[in-house]
Amino acid sequence: MYISENQKSSDTCVIGGGIVGLAISLGLLRNGHNVTLLDENDNGLRASRGNFGLVWVQGKGDTLPQYATITRQSAKLWKPFADHLNAETGIDIQLEQKGGLYLCLSEDELQARQAMLTKIQQAAKNDYPFSTLDLAQVREFFPEAGPEVTGATWCPEDGHLNPLLYLRAMTELFLKHGGKLVHQGQVISLKQQDKDFTITTQNNTVFHCGKVILAAGLGNQRLAPMVGLNAPVQPNRGQVLVSERVRNFLHYPTGHVRQTGEGTVQIGDSKEDVGLNQGTTLETMALIASRARKMFPILKDLRLVRAWGALRVMTPDGYPIYQQSLSNPGAYLVTCHSGVTLGAFHQGPLADWIANNDFDPAWEVFNANRFTL
Amino acid sequence: MKANDMKQKNYDLIIIGAGPAGMSAAITAASKGLSVAILDEQASPGGQIYRGIKDAPLSDSKILGKDYYVGRTLLQPFEASQVNYFSSSMVWSIDEKNQIAFSCNGKSQLLSAKKILIATGALERPVPFAGWTLPGVMTCGAAQILLKTTGITPKTPLVLAGSGPLMLLVAVQLMQAGIPISAILDTTRKGQLWQAFPYFPDALKNLPLLLKGTGLLWKLKKSNIRIIKQVNELTALEGDTGQLAQVIATTKNTSIKIDCQTLLVHQGVVPNVQLSRALDLEHKWDHLQMCWKPVVNDFGESSRKDIFIAGDGRGIAGAIAAKWQGKLSALTIHQQINNIHDQDLKGEINEAKNALNKHQAIRPFLDKLYQPAQTFLTPPDNVIVCRCEEVSAGEIRRIAKQGCTGPNQAKAFCRAGMGPCQGRLCGLTVSNLIAQTLQVEEEQVGYYHIRMPIKPLTLDELADLSD
Amino acid sequence: MPTDSHFNRQAIRESSPIPVTINGQTIMVQPNDSVAAAILLSGIEMNRRTPISGKKRAPYCMMGVCFDCLVQINGKENIQACMTKVEANMDIRTQNGARLIHHDLNPS
Repeated sequence: MYISENQKSSDTCVIGGGIVGLAISLGLLRNGHNVTLLDENDNGLRASRGNFGLVWVQGKGDTLPQYATITRQSAKLWKPFADHLNAETGIDIQLEQKGGLYLCLSEDELQARQAMLTKIQQAAKNDYPFSTLDLAQVREFFPEAGPEVTGATWCPEDGHLNPLLYLRAMTELFLKHGGKLVHQGQVISLKQQDKDFTITTQNNTVFHCGKVILAAGLGNQRLAPMVGLNAPVQPNRGQVLVSERVRNFLHYPTGHVRQTGEGTVQIGDSKEDVGLNQGTTLETMALIASRARKMFPILKDLRLVRAWGALRVMTPDGYPIYQQSLSNPGAYLVTCHSGVTLGAFHQGPLADWIANNDFDPAWEVFNANRFTL
Repeated sequence: MKANDMKQKNYDLIIIGAGPAGMSAAITAASKGLSVAILDEQASPGGQIYRGIKDAPLSDSKILGKDYYVGRTLLQPFEASQVNYFSSSMVWSIDEKNQIAFSCNGKSQLLSAKKILIATGALERPVPFAGWTLPGVMTCGAAQILLKTTGITPKTPLVLAGSGPLMLLVAVQLMQAGIPISAILDTTRKGQLWQAFPYFPDALKNLPLLLKGTGLLWKLKKSNIRIIKQVNELTALEGDTGQLAQVIATTKNTSIKIDCQTLLVHQGVVPNVQLSRALDLEHKWDHLQMCWKPVVNDFGESSRKDIFIAGDGRGIAGAIAAKWQGKLSALTIHQQINNIHDQDLKGEINEAKNALNKHQAIRPFLDKLYQPAQTFLTPPDNVIVCRCEEVSAGEIRRIAKQGCTGPNQAKAFCRAGMGPCQGRLCGLTVSNLIAQTLQVEEEQVGYYHIRMPIKPLTLDELADLSD
Repeated sequence: MPTDSHFNRQAIRESSPIPVTINGQTIMVQPNDSVAAAILLSGIEMNRRTPISGKKRAPYCMMGVCFDCLVQINGKENIQACMTKVEANMDIRTQNGARLIHHDLNPS
């Protein structure tokens, strides 16, 4: 095929240069694909830059056991993936998986949480490690836990990493392995003729490819119908506060507060915190700060340096969509809100499916048809 | 004037910054009967130009000179006005309902206003060069603040390096205080006077200021201070104890090493856009002043309804222009709140407009003459550009080559701009470096997304608002 | 390199000195001085070592912008010295690296 100045061609195009698109792209490169990654410019919405950085197992998939399965599968694949990134790029993404706690501030909250985890455990035929801790036990992990903490749930498979270093390491590895990263503005049209997809961007650059993966976060909502798919994703505002650097004192991540490898403390909400997103930004930030202070009163004079208001990519049930288009075979939709936790899964088994067409029937539950049937 | 009176929570007008623009706006607005609060992070009014004017500790007023004490002509009516003045009050958030969150003595408070005037002034352009983080390297402005507020002068041997009216003024003031200056390293580029020449006729409209400038130059010339011209690179060298010990000035022909314990640097001033950026107001790149400016109309109205900007925060024009801008914005706000007909304020508005035009006329000439040398805009690879996170220029260039199209991705990749200064001292340089590496305009590269809180604050100060 | 030169104060109109201690050493300063000015006057040549490289830093901007003048004041770390006025008997200490969150554990 003739390729002019602004006509480019590759085996596969991935739309979206966030942590989801990059992980899939790395997996496709590993499978020998020639990959072009279409990324937006500096002002894109970019949920990836607002990620809290948890590699989190506990509580994931309480209403969908298969989600618990892929979450744990990913958590187990994380160590080799992080080592690989480090070996190839020299970037240590600060992965730590020695367990994590979810602190509760009332007896009701703790009981509800315990009931939820017990349900997942039963669905997993008891192969699901967690325990419930009272305040005294929490203080064995965190002597600094405040008197208003009623207890916590603990899962030894939880962990965390630095999402920004993860993003950077993947970008470097992608380029190192010959991936093409392009910034030509948003994709405005996506068409399939015979087997060939034609993608046109804002800057009128045209890309041709045999496979296309939609990993554009909230942008998938607009792109999916162009290839007979449906991505009913909605933005869900998550607030994260980040502190000055402090000498290391929090040795485990929690659902709301964690200390990074640099020493900054991140304070955020979690998607379980229903109602927190109703108020104004200021009210929400104040609430998040107030809750963190109850959990760790010692943080009271910690200085906050930054805040993010990143938009999470949420489907109606909160679970991912992994699906190939029936009307346009070769077009795939990948969308989720746990891009860090599921990163190793995306780079591994999920990318292998796209590269080799070996779809695990168990993933059928992640088809978007569930929202229309 | 009331001081830090928390009884009233809602105002017609809240002004942020008590420099010449803010004080002048406050005086005018209060005289028209508007309820006015003014918030300032310093302990006493004046801004940076009239910093410490209330106490003015120096016995010898000749050291700082007449232009400084002119600040009293604003201070007196300000103190006599009905304004509620909040000192040591750091604004950290303004929300979509014009609710202002600020912190004073470790406690956060909320106020709200029908109209908001941002008068947060300017800051000195960051001057990155090898060794600029060493103890002993300070800005010329810093030395001047020290002199104004405490009467303290820097230790010697003392060298000044850079370009622009403030450096000349500080040199003369320190000279008047009897401090020996070992050398002035003038980084003004060769041929810059010729390049600025087309703007000279307009500059004549502000003849008094022009004469003041030439007066400074004359005083320095007469003083026999060693002046090295067309310096195109600076390197500060560290002594045994990690302090500044020497500076190397490189010119086209030679390299000169000078002993110094204090090095005062300056490359002009730029608008402080932290608050206007955090409010997501429209900004544009100014090619002459080589900085970002919020987009405003003649009366200082920004791209967001009810938010005004006056003074150097909307483009560098100096203290006198700031005063008139503040007045003009206050008159417009009065007009909008009280539905005053144009005709009734015509005289006052025209007076302010004319004075403003006269004072602004000299700017293009000065801006062109003292444009910073390229080495300070896009420093060599080994130079630290983000002082907080210690990120080098080379790192920014490397990231830009890896497909980073703007400062926000760069920030995510290398932490530049993530420290406590929140990008104030690296924002311009990082955008410049990316523009240079990708060979595009600054306008296309953009700037950091600045978010509230715009100053670090404690968890207590934030959490208290939810109780 | 001679280090006998200091930051010195010019003649001022009124003088009512108050004591502060800097790294345990008591010096007399003026009530309107900032903590940053007091440290410069004391002859101590740095405010802190950075959390990253451990290099020394001292005041750069004196107007609350650069955050290089952070020090420990009355047990609390990372306070902007240039934005804080001295108070009688204030305990000012230079800092080393990232701050500690546990006050009672402060060694310096």
